Amino acid sequence: MADGMTPVPVEKGDDDRKFTINFGPQHPAAHGVLRLVLDLDGEMVERVDPHIGLLHRGTEKLMESRTYLQNVPYFDRLDYVAPMNQEHAFVLAIEKLLGLEVPKRAQLIRVLFSEIGRILSHILNTTTQAMDVGALTPPIWGFEQREKLMVFYERACGARLHANYFRPGGVHQDLPLELIEDIALWCKEYLPALDDIESLITENRIFKQRNVDIGLVTKEQAFDWGFTGVMIRGSGVKWDLRKSQPYECYAELEFDIPLGKNGDCWDRYLCRVEEMRESVKIMQQCIDKLKVTPGPVLSTDHKVTPPRRAEMKNSMEALIHHFKLYTEGFKTPEGEVYACVEAPKGEFGVYLVSDGTNKPYRCKIRAPGFAHLQAMDWMNRGHLLADVSAILGSIDIVFGEVDR
Amino acid sequence: MSLEKLQAVAERLHADLKEAVHEVVLAFGELTVTVDRERIVEVMAKLRAEPYRFHQLIDVCGVDYPKRARRFDVVYHLLSLTQNIRLRIKVQTDEVVPVPSIRSVYPNADWYEREAFDMYGMLFSNHPDLRRLLTDYGFEGHPLRKDFPMTGHVEVRYDEEQKRVVYEPVKLTQEYRRFDFLSPWEGAQYVLPGDEKAKV
Repeated sequence: MADGMTPVPVEKGDDDRKFTINFGPQHPAAHGVLRLVLDLDGEMVERVDPHIGLLHRGTEKLMESRTYLQNVPYFDRLDYVAPMNQEHAFVLAIEKLLGLEVPKRAQLIRVLFSEIGRILSHILNTTTQAMDVGALTPPIWGFEQREKLMVFYERACGARLHANYFRPGGVHQDLPLELIEDIALWCKEYLPALDDIESLITENRIFKQRNVDIGLVTKEQAFDWGFTGVMIRGSGVKWDLRKSQPYECYAELEFDIPLGKNGDCWDRYLCRVEEMRESVKIMQQCIDKLKVTPGPVLSTDHKVTPPRRAEMKNSMEALIHHFKLYTEGFKTPEGEVYACVEAPKGEFGVYLVSDGTNKPYRCKIRAPGFAHLQAMDWMNRGHLLADVSAILGSIDIVFGEVDR
Repeated sequence: MSLEKLQAVAERLHADLKEAVHEVVLAFGELTVTVDRERIVEVMAKLRAEPYRFHQLIDVCGVDYPKRARRFDVVYHLLSLTQNIRLRIKVQTDEVVPVPSIRSVYPNADWYEREAFDMYGMLFSNHPDLRRLLTDYGFEGHPLRKDFPMTGHVEVRYDEEQKRVVYEPVKLTQEYRRFDFLSPWEGAQYVLPGDEKAKV
């Protein structure tokens, strides 16, 4: 192991209550590869120094030498519990650069799958938060539902996890009618299943003891530390990009934004559970609209989107478009844009600098988990060692996006 | 609607900061303001307070332009929740001239500046804890610089004899294939293969 991995030696002083421990890099409650260096006074946490980057793959560097289309799959590998939400931010950034219109049906499909992603992420987070404080059943019940959603992913794009489904100008392929009907059926079945899962956790005495009044975040702190998503809504700030800066067709959909009151771990948990119900509502509206909105799911500007396979058999132009697109790719105008979406974990943004070629000159990925994880230090101070995993669970981090 | 707000912000910034504002660009519906590096803390403090109310620092990152005299841009993204607008602030620097840290104004600049330092090697003065963040312990170089190779310089493997992970120089079985897609009809800036034989 490299030099920094050796544990810090304990200084022998007159006070033998103080010591430093390593939480991770391999710890089941660390939600991935996180190394927390904890300074303790007895059981009281005095300082937390998160060491991240153990999953750093240099995504941003890799992206600079690949074309825009080749870069889409990298976004699946960031927050891998809700892959399509990440792709969404990237294609929005490209579309902003190109000034590309997305057909209505594609917008609905994107919203539908973004909400599936949100539920995927929230199921994982709420149930594993329960597991972090000792309950083993909720994640197993939750994963049953996640499994069904992964199947929808697979039926839409062919891959359970690394979707590569959202493309600049729309989505890769249309959904079959049976899939839409199956998703509608799932929406009906999920609400009672969620009630079941909730009955295990929400009012559970141990869960409440471990989460109520733990990891308090005030509004001011949420602003100071750049919190977004559930982390800021849990503290009672009504801020959701789907409402305040609506993208795609969110402006036409009806849904509420659940808010927390106290800003503790339990409130954030409740927000996530309520958000899942709202997501189901959005999905149902999308499904209703999808049934009456026929049309293309990919922009017909073939300088950016591939032509249909059948067209290529007859049209020379379509063949050239296809060849150019999958070798050279498309070029974006010079300039810089920032596009963001309300990902399950907060604001996921992409800052794209284009120099007019077919590859991004610079692509900075703004991951919500990164902003939230750096708050671990002050959120944990004065808490007990056992609360570290409860707080870590409630800030909802996935190392794919924190480390990039 | 938001365009008008952004224009108003741009005008007010001009009036407030005068010569500290170097350049204002409004493109793709986004406002980018390049400001004086030395006065960045003052600018940020102003932006955070009334009447701008950019309460949140969303992101800080670097961009590398090796051909420029000051090769790095430090880009700050701000968000105002009350006005519902975003703003991009830029300063220019190079490998040796430090940028004042804005951690005193926005506490979350801490990790963002550490990351920018790690990736580009730009320095932030008055930062309390400017350590590397994402790269490996003992890493050398700054990976996102344009002159840093995509493959890196070292690779790791577990050595069975030494019973530990060892670092070795990168060995590539094949060179990375970098295709040139810039069409000669669209003004390639180099001599096309074969053209060197032609008499000028």
